[in-house]
Amino acid sequence: MTPGLIIETADFVAALLFILGLKRMSSPVTARSGIVVAGWGVLVATLASFLYVFGVDPAAQPNLAVNLGLGIAALGIGVAWAWVTGEKVPLTAMPQMVAIYNGMGGGAAGCIAAVELSGNGAMPMGQMIPAIVGAVIGAVSFSGSLIAWAKLDGKINKTIRLPGQQAINSLLFAAIVGLGVYMLVATGGQSPPALTSIFFGAALALGVLVTLPIGGADMPVVISLYNACTGLAVAIEGYVLDKPVLVIAGVVVGAAGTLLTLLMARAMNRSVANVLFSRFGETGTAGAGEIQGSMKPVEAGDAAISMRYAGKVLIIPGYGLAVAQAQYKLYEFVKLLQAAGVEVAFAIHPVAGRMPGHMDVLLAEAGVPYDLMKELDEVNDEFRSTDVALVIGANDVVNPAARTDKSSPIYGMPILNADHAHQVYVIKRGQGKGYSGVENELFYADNCNMVYGDAQAVLVKFIAAIKELGAAA
Amino acid sequence: METTLVGFIALYIVMLATFTGIEVISRVPAILHTPLMSGSNFVHGIVVVGALYALLNATTPAQQVIGFVGVLLGAGNAAGGYVVTRRMLAMFKASAKEKA
Repeated sequence: MTPGLIIETADFVAALLFILGLKRMSSPVTARSGIVVAGWGVLVATLASFLYVFGVDPAAQPNLAVNLGLGIAALGIGVAWAWVTGEKVPLTAMPQMVAIYNGMGGGAAGCIAAVELSGNGAMPMGQMIPAIVGAVIGAVSFSGSLIAWAKLDGKINKTIRLPGQQAINSLLFAAIVGLGVYMLVATGGQSPPALTSIFFGAALALGVLVTLPIGGADMPVVISLYNACTGLAVAIEGYVLDKPVLVIAGVVVGAAGTLLTLLMARAMNRSVANVLFSRFGETGTAGAGEIQGSMKPVEAGDAAISMRYAGKVLIIPGYGLAVAQAQYKLYEFVKLLQAAGVEVAFAIHPVAGRMPGHMDVLLAEAGVPYDLMKELDEVNDEFRSTDVALVIGANDVVNPAARTDKSSPIYGMPILNADHAHQVYVIKRGQGKGYSGVENELFYADNCNMVYGDAQAVLVKFIAAIKELGAAA
Repeated sequence: METTLVGFIALYIVMLATFTGIEVISRVPAILHTPLMSGSNFVHGIVVVGALYALLNATTPAQQVIGFVGVLLGAGNAAGGYVVTRRMLAMFKASAKEKA
């Protein structure tokens, strides 16, 4: 076998392993082996790619020893750094870690484009167009993901919005397109380094500007979108390099990521463009009608005891649970209820938290078995037969206005029908509004009581109340 | 180097891979959305292979630097994506197993 044939074979095997691996990830039973299968794919293809040393460009031949050394060093440093951070980071920091690793992939695709565009010979149009397009997508994904990381990690706390943000973004985008076309047409396939640098700089700036104004609760859409973008950039650069495995892996991820992005956007009843370009609630909260009733506070202990004697309890977690790091206490409380014969399950909204499926990971971390986690469609009819719905740190996803109030900004968004339960308890820090800025009429409903306080502290009280009861009995 | 991805062949690959991606993902339950996203994040870490190719063929110092950064970023994408996904998936357990 020639080195070339070995590389092709390894790439083919890798593509096969990726698809098999992702397929296994579609069920919680086989998912754990799925990542290992896909892992072998990357390992095999990476090791085989070192065989390129036998077929490098004659012009690169004198640099081969240095290049090989650089390659091994970069690989070693990159893997070591990511492995250590990935192992060390607490699981609650998952959204930002996914964002940063994804951004690195986009950056790598951008680097490939930069190397190809600064090539020695003139590049044919058929190569240069995709190289340029992939460069923009990769660069935007890189800088955008870094901003998403900074926001999720609390490095940037407020949403930053420049005056005339839309116009600036549009102008910048037009400039990038203009530069790209100029590079293509006027430079005869050999773009001067200064021009290429400006081009990349503009693309990086676009990623920053697009992501800065996006608020925390929209992050599930954004992370998923950038994941799809990186996939696309990788696929395009794979075409430029004539590497089918990159095209297949990139397109599969791009398609999957796009689908997930649309699912997330649909769960918020908004379009992806709306998430990216306009502020939530910007479209008139004026129509917010008068809400009847008042918020009725209740003691934590009383709420706990009423759940202890309920037949069925559904728990609705939100980002507040993640912030309070209360998932362990929550599961401890749930186990006490279960021991008392109460049927307990978790009702999880698709966009609760800061990334798709965030609540599921959070609960899994605390040891909650996955068959207790119910999806919106599967659980929503059960609320009518539920004695107590316990809402923890969630707000907009249980607001009945989404069903009834046409003037509400969240009208049409699928919600969990917590208000259909006989009794609702809401654990909440204060009387503030949710991310959308809309008042939640559920909190004023007759069958709803508020337990004010930090989720962790409240759950500790819940647990104490149940234990006391057990001791007294 | 001989080119394999010519014209329509490339388009066929893109088309089939798109359907594969949609088919594979559309059946994933919502509880696995995070690991799935993280897992696909890992899969595009294969970009490191392309970056290695670009670096090995680098002729100028600028290309060497950019190629080095590319491999570094790609390797981070792959390794980080793998570790994080594996850790997440390790947490998902069924209640039946717990009792056993």
